[in-house]
Formats: sequence, C-alpha cells, structure tokens
Amino acid sequence: MKDNNIKFIQGNEACVEGAIYAGIDFFAGYPITPSTEIMEHLAYRLPQKGGKFIQMEDEIASMGAIIGASLTGNKVMTATSGPGFSLKQEALGYACMAEIPCVIANVQRGGPSTGNPTHVSQGDVNQVRWGTHGDHAIIALTASNHQDVFKITVEAFNMAETYRTPVVILLDEVIGHMREKLVIPKPGEIPVVARLRTSVKKGVDYHPYLPREDGRLPMSDFGAAHKYNVTGLFHDMWGFPNNDPRVVSELLRHLVDKIENNVNEINMYKEYWLDDAEYILISYGSSARSAIHLAKNRRARGIKIGVLELQTLWPFPSEMVREKCVNAKSVIVVEMNMGQIITQVKNAVDNPRNVFLANRIDGELISPTDIKSILRMIQGKGV
Amino acid sequence: MVKGKTIKHLIDKEWCKGCGICIHFCPKNVLEFDINEKAEAVRPEDCIACKLCELRCPDLAIQIIEDQEGENER
Amino acid sequence: MTEKPFNFKDYIRPRFFPHIWCPGCGHGIVLGSLLRAVHELGLNKNEIVITSGIGCSSRISGYVDFHSLHTIHGRALTFATGVKLSKPGLKAIVPMGDGDALAIGGNHFIHAARRNIDITAIVMNNRIYGMTGGQFSPLSGSGKKATTAPYLTIDRDFDVVELAKSAGATFVARSTVFHANECKDILKKAISHKGFSVVEILTQCPTYYGRKNKEGDAIQMMEGYKTNTTRIGSKKLEKNPNLIQRGIFVENTEVPEYCKAYDEIIKTAMKGKA
Repeated sequence: MKDNNIKFIQGNEACVEGAIYAGIDFFAGYPITPSTEIMEHLAYRLPQKGGKFIQMEDEIASMGAIIGASLTGNKVMTATSGPGFSLKQEALGYACMAEIPCVIANVQRGGPSTGNPTHVSQGDVNQVRWGTHGDHAIIALTASNHQDVFKITVEAFNMAETYRTPVVILLDEVIGHMREKLVIPKPGEIPVVARLRTSVKKGVDYHPYLPREDGRLPMSDFGAAHKYNVTGLFHDMWGFPNNDPRVVSELLRHLVDKIENNVNEINMYKEYWLDDAEYILISYGSSARSAIHLAKNRRARGIKIGVLELQTLWPFPSEMVREKCVNAKSVIVVEMNMGQIITQVKNAVDNPRNVFLANRIDGELISPTDIKSILRMIQGKGV
Repeated sequence: MVKGKTIKHLIDKEWCKGCGICIHFCPKNVLEFDINEKAEAVRPEDCIACKLCELRCPDLAIQIIEDQEGENER
Repeated sequence: MTEKPFNFKDYIRPRFFPHIWCPGCGHGIVLGSLLRAVHELGLNKNEIVITSGIGCSSRISGYVDFHSLHTIHGRALTFATGVKLSKPGLKAIVPMGDGDALAIGGNHFIHAARRNIDITAIVMNNRIYGMTGGQFSPLSGSGKKATTAPYLTIDRDFDVVELAKSAGATFVARSTVFHANECKDILKKAISHKGFSVVEILTQCPTYYGRKNKEGDAIQMMEGYKTNTTRIGSKKLEKNPNLIQRGIFVENTEVPEYCKAYDEIIKTAMKGKA
C-alpha cells in the first residue's frame, strides 16, 4: 500500500495537517494573503471528518465564531495575516480574558497597513505580544521548516487547552508558501491534549473560573449540565462581572501568571553548534534557515559559531537565552523587521552591548550573505 | 375581584424602582405609590388578574398569584 | 407548553437583581417577555445559549439562567454563529441594542441574515446609546437631540424590518414593550422558527432619549407606542400611514437553514466527492 504520510506541500498546508492531527473541529476565517491556503485546505478537509468550516464576513467575525465554537467544546482555529490580525485584536483579548482555548495562525507579510501582501516579513512579533489592549499574557510559537510547523501547530492546540488561552502560530510568507517535505507522524507520536472537562456533577456548584491546584481550569461545554456566564469584564469564579479591586487584581495576576510562570513548559527551541560557540545567531521562522546555513558554512571554515532557533517567542524565554549566551563573544539576532526580538534578547543577556542585529526589511528573505556581512563587521574584518 | 379566587400581589420593594408603569396602566386602579415611591396594591379586591402590571413591570418586581383555594367557597 | 405556571424566578439569576437598568427602562419588559416565551415553549434552560454584545441591552444575558455569553461590542452574532454551527442542537438567542446590532454590528447582522443561520436576533430599539450616556444611534433618525447632536441629528435612520427583509432574514417581526403579550407571542414564533429570525422591539430609554427629546417619562413613551403603532395592514393605517406597523412581516420556511445545509456538505465530503 502506498505510504500516504509523506507529503510535498506548502507550509500553510503543513499547518493544516498539524491542526487535523491535533483534532481541530471548527475553523472560521476570511480570505487574506498569504494565509489563505490554510483556510482553503480546511474548507476541504474539515467536513471530511465531520468538522465544521465557515467563511465569515470579516476577520473580526471569524475570531468571534471560533470563540463561540470553542465554548461548545470544540478545538478551534482561525488563520490570517497582518491587517486581519490587527482586526482580530479585540476579540483575541476577549479570549485572553474569558480564558477560551483557541488557535490563531498569523502568516506574516510586510506592514504596516496593506504593506507588502505577497512578501515576507517578521514585523508582527511585538504585535502578537501587545496587540490587544490591557495587560495580558500570550503564547506565540513559530517554526522554520514544515516538519516543525506541523509540530508547533499540534503544540499550539495542546497549549491552548492546557492553559485555556489563545495561542498564536506566527508563520511568515516564506514558510507559508514554500514547498517542502513533510512526514506526518503516526497517531500518538506527538501527544495530543484533550479538552479538560469538569467532573463536577449536575446540581453541584461549578466554578468555571476557579483554578485547580495545578492551575488548570476544567471547562463545561455550552449545552452541558452547567449554565454559567462568560464575559470580557473582570469576573468572579462563576464568571459574573465583578469590579471588586481584589477580584480585579487577582484575575489579572492569574491571567499573566498562568503563562509567565510556565515559560519553561511552554518554551520550545532548537540549537545548533552552541557548545563552544563564540558567536551565536538567534533567529526564528524563515530567517533561521539562513542563519543555520551561514553557521554551517562558517563552521566549515573553523569559526566557532552556532544558532539558537527560537520556536516559542512569547512568553519570551529570557532565562534560557541568557544561559545559552553566557559564554558568547557576540550575539547576532537575525530577523526580518526593524529589531523586535533583539529587544528581548538584550534584556535577557548579561552583556547587551554584545548583541547585534542582522535584519532585512525589504520583503526579500534575509540571506546568509546578509548575515555574513554583519558577522564580518563584528569580527573586524570589514564587509 | 374575580369570583372564587383570591389574588395576591407580590411586590418586591427592593427590585421596584418606582417607575409607575404598573400604576398608570392598571385598568382597575389597584396600584399606587407607597411613601417610598414604590408600587403597592392598595385596592387588591378590585384586581381582575389581567397581569398587565406583571407583564409590563421592567423590574420583574411584581408577581400576581391567583390563589385557587377560593374554589371551595363555591 | 409546560404545566407549571410561569414564575420568572425559575429563569433568572436572582442574585444579580435589582438589575442595572434605569427606572422605567423598557429593557426589563423585553426580559420578561423573553422569559415567558421560553417558558411557554417549554424549552430546557440547558439548551439555550444567550449571546449578547455591549450596551445596556446586552446586560440581559447575565440575568438569565441559561448558558450566557456576554461578548464584545457589535459582535454577538459572530460568537453566536460559532456556537450554533458547532452545536446546532442549541437554541441561540441574541439580544442586541440598536447601536450594537446596526452600527458597529451592522455587517454581522446582514450576513447572519443572508446565511439564514438559526439564530433569534432581538433588536431592542431605544434609538440611543444609553450605556455611554445618550449619543445618537443609527436608529435615532434625523431631527433628534443627543449628547453628540446638540444641534439635532442630520443622520437618517434605518428601518430594521426593511433592512432585515432585504438582507434575507426568513422571519422578521416588530413589537413594542407596551404590547408585552404580543411581544412574547412573537418571540415564541421567532425562537421556534428554523432560520435567522429578527424581532425588533421598540423599548423606551426615558433617561437619555425621552428626556432629551421631550417625549416624556417611561409612561408617556409607552403611551406613544400604543398610539403611534398599529398591526400590520390595519384599518388605522389607512387613515394614518405614518403609524409604525407591528406584527410578523416575513415568515419563510422554504429557505434552507445554514447548519442543515452544512450537514449536507459533510455528507458529500465524507463520500469523497468534491
């Protein structure tokens, strides 16, 4: 029989395969370049497994629809790009506040505004963190190849359920559109986290917003035994609006702590030749491909250089980054924006003056040569 | 009063905000404001249990209870 | 219909009463009519999801003892669409204010109608933004006073019924809080209707609309609903065509309901045909 688990597909499709593997039940979206293929493939795939797909009237509506569908007990996702991601911010904040598991894929393109729809950028890193108003925490994952896109997509669904939070999959145009091999893991190879439902019986007082000892909040589906309130207002353990100063501060701390305190569990990364590295390239997404290529090439010439590839961008793994960079002479952050993750890296490391930026912002993929010229400057070799 | 029935006007004075809608639209002038400007059934014996006050009370503060035990008096 | 006599306490969360609405606000009457409708239909409280947006009207969702989803301004119908499509067995009821439904939420309103998804949209029309203190709404109409129209409004208003009809809603009706019984009966039909149903309910805001526009207090505003409205096609209308018509304007059971239609898609997809 033909082995059907090896595919040669786009990154956007790898994301779809990951979502299917993770057990997606419901997708709502609105067409936008360069993420549309995620939506197109799910329109085809979801009903085949009895799932639901809906093309909504706009980006905001898509975000609303997945939140509604999550509350009936479904694993849900939407996908978008820059302008659409901007539009979703209010509802994304709602999902943070009301603690609704959901996954949002943002395949980044050039911005601001309509920007550069068909070209690559990594300009939304800070928006993912701070796009919605008010204090909150968020989880954002990224990947540089299709096998990893698959994996982080499964993990995004898992983390959404574990922490009852929206999780952003932050891809970019190159990853989204590039074709590459994907081997779909066998069922069970990557663990899949199911919705944690309450064991509280009908007629017994259920507290949808009272964390258990392990910090998790078991849910009850709409339509099941427990009727409770869901709101974007500050609320008590029953989900009812409450602006008592103690309730407000406790809830806000809970929303931030449940993620920030689990940064080690949430943190995913890869490292290449870091053990003796004097120069460390920190990168993520498609930029990391060029960083890895250059490091390999320089290693062959005897330069002690390595790559730290971040897969969890938020919560930012500051402690891990500090530890990895502790012996490095110089750290070069490779990203396609005006310098977003570099701010976090500078905050994390012992010596921020040794942190440099290798970037590209013109819609073209940053090349190993681009990074090499920065490296040579740091080495004092001239460009 | 409806024959064979006693009608009770349960008015929740905590919930009543004293808008006067029930008083104004009562076809039998059963209701009036009390000294706290809350609705009160001052002529319950005139009540025909049309329940318009209950239906139109924006505060869900009025319940008209028709007591069936009056049937024994027939 | 259930045997048990109606007692609204069976359907509310009493610890949140007295409610936040102003004295004489019509929204509480809408709440009462809705609860009676649910009671008379004999619906299980566990099968109802009430989804609302932001504004005075949206607070209704917190007071009812159903699954309740208090969302963001204007977007209630989108959340409800997710709820309904993902679990079609649930009854989706979406009470909205006029600004919530038709200004910020106008796009969602027409598209939910176009899809004919089985949701009951209740537009509680008080012609004003009450929660924020009396700004004019898309239903205020021209020549009205509001805090954002100190020299009178020049904006024209929507006719909710006409808008819903042309957007494809398969059940469209109007009533007022003066006609609380009629309101209940219409809501019963709307909730039972298999498709997108719109019920516009005229409800007074004595605090911000009535006072500013010299329409008097809650009682006078309700008297206004009595004198300025009439049943669809009534004799009174011939004499005074300016009267606002009440009743059921559209009741179309021919159009496929969205969730049902999607079930057919699933059947096709599962057969491997595309």
